[in-house]
Amino acid sequence: MTALTALVRPGRARTLAAFGLAAGLLLLAPAVLSPFRLDLLAKFLCLAMVAVGIGLAWGRGGLLTLGQGVYFGLGAYLMAMHLKLADAGPGGVPDFMLLYGTGQVPGWWEPLRSPVAAVLLVLLVPAALAALLGWAVFTRRVRGAYFAILSQALAAAFAILLVGQQQTTGGTNGLNGFRAFFGYDLADPVNKQMLYLIAAGVLLLMVAVVRLLTVSRFGELLVAVRDGEDRVRFLGYDPALVKVVAYVVAAVTAAVGGALFVPIVGIVSPADVGVVPSIGFLVGVAIGGRTSLLGPVLGSIAVSWAQTSISEQFPSGWIYLQGALFVLVVAFLPGGLASVAAARFRRRPEERIPA
Amino acid sequence: MRLRSPSRHAVTRLSTASLAAFCIVALAACGARVDGGGDGTSAAAESCVDTSGESVKVGFLNSLSGTMAISEQTVHDALQLAAEEINADGGVLGKQLEIVSEDGRSEPTVFAEKAGKLITSDCVAAVFGGWTSASRKAMLPVFEAQDSLLFYPVQYEGLESSPNIFYTGATTNQQIVPALDYLAEQGTESLFLVGSDYVFPRTANKIINAYAEAHGIEIVGEEYAPLGHTDFSTIVNKVKSAGADAVFNTLNGDSNVAFFKEYNNAGMSAGKMPVVSVSIAEEEIGGIGVENVEGQLTAWNYYQTVDLPANATFVEAFQARYGEDRPTSDPMEAAYTSLHLWRAMVEKAGSFAVDDVVAAADGVTFDAPEGEVVVNGENHHVAKTALIGKIGADGLIHTEWSSGEPIEPDPYLEGYDWADGLS
Amino acid sequence: MDIVAQLFAGLSLGSVLLLAALGLSLTFGQMGVINMAHGEFMMAGAYTAFLIQAVVGDAGVSLLLALPLGFVVGGLLGLLLEATLIRRMYRRPLDTLLVTWGVALVLQQVARDVFGAPNVDVRAPAWLSGAVEIGGLAWPRTRLFILALATACVVALALAMRATPLGRRIRAVVQNRDLAEASGISSRSTDRITFFLGSGLAGIAGVALTLLGSIGPTLGTNYIVDAFLVVVAGGIGQIKGTVIAATALGLMQAFLEYSTTASVAKVLVFVAIVAFLQLRPQGLVSVRTRSLA
Repeated sequence: MTALTALVRPGRARTLAAFGLAAGLLLLAPAVLSPFRLDLLAKFLCLAMVAVGIGLAWGRGGLLTLGQGVYFGLGAYLMAMHLKLADAGPGGVPDFMLLYGTGQVPGWWEPLRSPVAAVLLVLLVPAALAALLGWAVFTRRVRGAYFAILSQALAAAFAILLVGQQQTTGGTNGLNGFRAFFGYDLADPVNKQMLYLIAAGVLLLMVAVVRLLTVSRFGELLVAVRDGEDRVRFLGYDPALVKVVAYVVAAVTAAVGGALFVPIVGIVSPADVGVVPSIGFLVGVAIGGRTSLLGPVLGSIAVSWAQTSISEQFPSGWIYLQGALFVLVVAFLPGGLASVAAARFRRRPEERIPA
Repeated sequence: MRLRSPSRHAVTRLSTASLAAFCIVALAACGARVDGGGDGTSAAAESCVDTSGESVKVGFLNSLSGTMAISEQTVHDALQLAAEEINADGGVLGKQLEIVSEDGRSEPTVFAEKAGKLITSDCVAAVFGGWTSASRKAMLPVFEAQDSLLFYPVQYEGLESSPNIFYTGATTNQQIVPALDYLAEQGTESLFLVGSDYVFPRTANKIINAYAEAHGIEIVGEEYAPLGHTDFSTIVNKVKSAGADAVFNTLNGDSNVAFFKEYNNAGMSAGKMPVVSVSIAEEEIGGIGVENVEGQLTAWNYYQTVDLPANATFVEAFQARYGEDRPTSDPMEAAYTSLHLWRAMVEKAGSFAVDDVVAAADGVTFDAPEGEVVVNGENHHVAKTALIGKIGADGLIHTEWSSGEPIEPDPYLEGYDWADGLS
Repeated sequence: MDIVAQLFAGLSLGSVLLLAALGLSLTFGQMGVINMAHGEFMMAGAYTAFLIQAVVGDAGVSLLLALPLGFVVGGLLGLLLEATLIRRMYRRPLDTLLVTWGVALVLQQVARDVFGAPNVDVRAPAWLSGAVEIGGLAWPRTRLFILALATACVVALALAMRATPLGRRIRAVVQNRDLAEASGISSRSTDRITFFLGSGLAGIAGVALTLLGSIGPTLGTNYIVDAFLVVVAGGIGQIKGTVIAATALGLMQAFLEYSTTASVAKVLVFVAIVAFLQLRPQGLVSVRTRSLA
């Protein structure tokens, strides 16, 4: 058992308290933050959703995925395409296609006109891709570094593909300039607040679901696969299946994060989905504590916040700080800051956390 | 001390309860709908610009980190210089400029975020900056929603005229079209198009294709390289075997270095097949290596070598401030000019309010380093003189051909018959 | 289409990829360390060439000086990284990927602060500019030079692995670390030397790249993803796999790019590698090891 399962496991009360506290703080935020800061917080919550999934797949399952940008991007682009079509009205053509495209809506955009289909596709397309890819890769026992590098190549290919299809994806410009979110005017601050609350609620839901998953039989198996895949196989389980499930869950959380990112931030572009942002998602997870439940969420929010506020003052100072913090935490504190917190509550000595 | 563990159901129950709370609050917090529901008028953004004190805030938004920092830092420097000059000269309407500087980190998303911060948190009177088309497109909705002002200093692909943006760089009819006119004048009969794979090159090449068709120039090839592409042997092979009279180059950034090194290594030169570039300015030449681009052509509206008194003053002030070895370039000059133009607009309007400034904009002039520029109040662009330059052994660009007089901006190319149906 | 010219373009691209990936495959194969800072070691090599040219002046002499010095600079950076961080993390190979990524970020910013954000220029010597005309085709001299350099590096490395005591020790550690240690080989010092060699090769690659492209803080990031793919597709532990994979990827990119576009070609190459790993999850050539992983 790892250090952080210990944090979660015996301390149901603690988990409960932390969850309640987080929910309370999130509900309070609109009252104390300016609309601009609230918007920023909402954006950080979206990025934290990606972190929740990475925490499950990487922290508990040992799947180092360097390509979550792909799923984040799929969710974001599907949502953005729907918003663009909705803005254009029934039968209308999004503005950028008139400028740079053929002036016709391509066939594969059409299903996204329906809001119901859009929501379903945001969930299903990334899940299907992750299932397909995960199945292909894990059953062939591609793992460890090979999987990491493959997922990174996937992110690179996805970004290049988006940039190259300018007529239908907006190219480097990406998609932006949305007026409404399912009919609600995005210029209205009240609706921005509503979006924040939705993001906060969804994030809490994700944390709750992942918590239930980790304490379930599946959660035990996932950790077992991480620590000794062959032993699990010899015991008669199929490790590939366990990994695929974890990978799909991570993909869906990333996609939902992306889908909410779009109306909140108002833009998605290939710069948000490539190799660098994909690794960027890991920074918060590693610093917060990959194997803990709340570590990835809090780490991700803290890193996003630090980046925004520190880079306002010292653009290059932030890069040094981020690099140094990342190196030090991963090298000397593999359990992340959560392991420091956990150690305070436990008497047992620190145990090794495998990569 | 050990707390009593509640049952797993308690965890689930609390989660459900707090989620339900969020749903209720979220639904209760609904605002205006766009489709006629509600009162329809979302609270129009109230400007929070404070002009009561001794100073007024303006925002500079450039990428100071990331891949674009290389170019945008120079624009930032030019803006700083202009602000210092204005402050030394008594400020704007008697108020000193207070600069709020933000880093766009070379990401469109960050540009959108920081634009929002500058407008709503810092309450700046106007924002200056942006470089890539993606960064401008990302900021545009923010400025329109908040009804604030952006001054964008870089040549771009046209097809845009937002009421909240002033474009002080060239639009296509002030850079690309004159370059084509020049090539046609030189008797060019065939062209090869090389560009980076993004919006500016693709749009530029669409225009070039339309122009070529109308003027009997043959386009023998059109190639795009992904941004950051490093191996140009295949593209240069294609260029070479196509045997065009000239190459029209819309590559961006580092790709130019790899392209020109490969071009020379393959035995090509300005003499054999000249390359006209629209994204290589003075500060890039050092990185490409003068020996690799000597004699090649560029199309801009300003060069450091422009022989005007205003330019002599600008170059001298810039080098005194930042160092003798620092060249000045077109986007820097356009940024420098943009701040001065804003000042002239504000002083003509007698007010910092966006509506007043926009209303006063038409016909505002500034004696810029490139020559006198005039603001077009209708499309928010600036009349500029087009200059074709040749890169010299000294690493500077020397004017080879000039349109003679400022060209009126025409972002949608409405005044050109051959451009029908482009936009 | 001009098959010979494209064949050469592909081989030449392959040789660039090979130079970038050779050192990487050495450290990855030997220690399972995924060094994301490898690209920044290349950058360090390129800046070494820049500094030497600034001091020496003559382009030809400075290139010949830069190759060995770039090797030393890259190697020393590698040693430093190994001694301070990687040494502590051999049991967590995946974490080395993250740590070295952080190091890469910092190194890039250091380069930006020391040399400035704009690219710098390294002049190619006169005997490398232009092209040689053979058989009606122009063969760029720099490309020929890099092809020769890559070949030389591969031959030297292969000889060192095969015929020297050091090479025997490295191969022994790759194949069975525990048994090698039991036979009296110090795996610690072997690791250190391997890391020095691998990082040094990155330095040489950096010097060579000054002949082809831009020299700036982000030089390494442009190559690192491709270099990793070469290593993964080639399989770990043997030079042969890396050589074949680099050549194949170079040729594939060149021919696909000729018949489609550069963007499409790049995406197709990535997809092809994913598909290829379905067939051979351990890459093209893999050494049998005793480890279960």
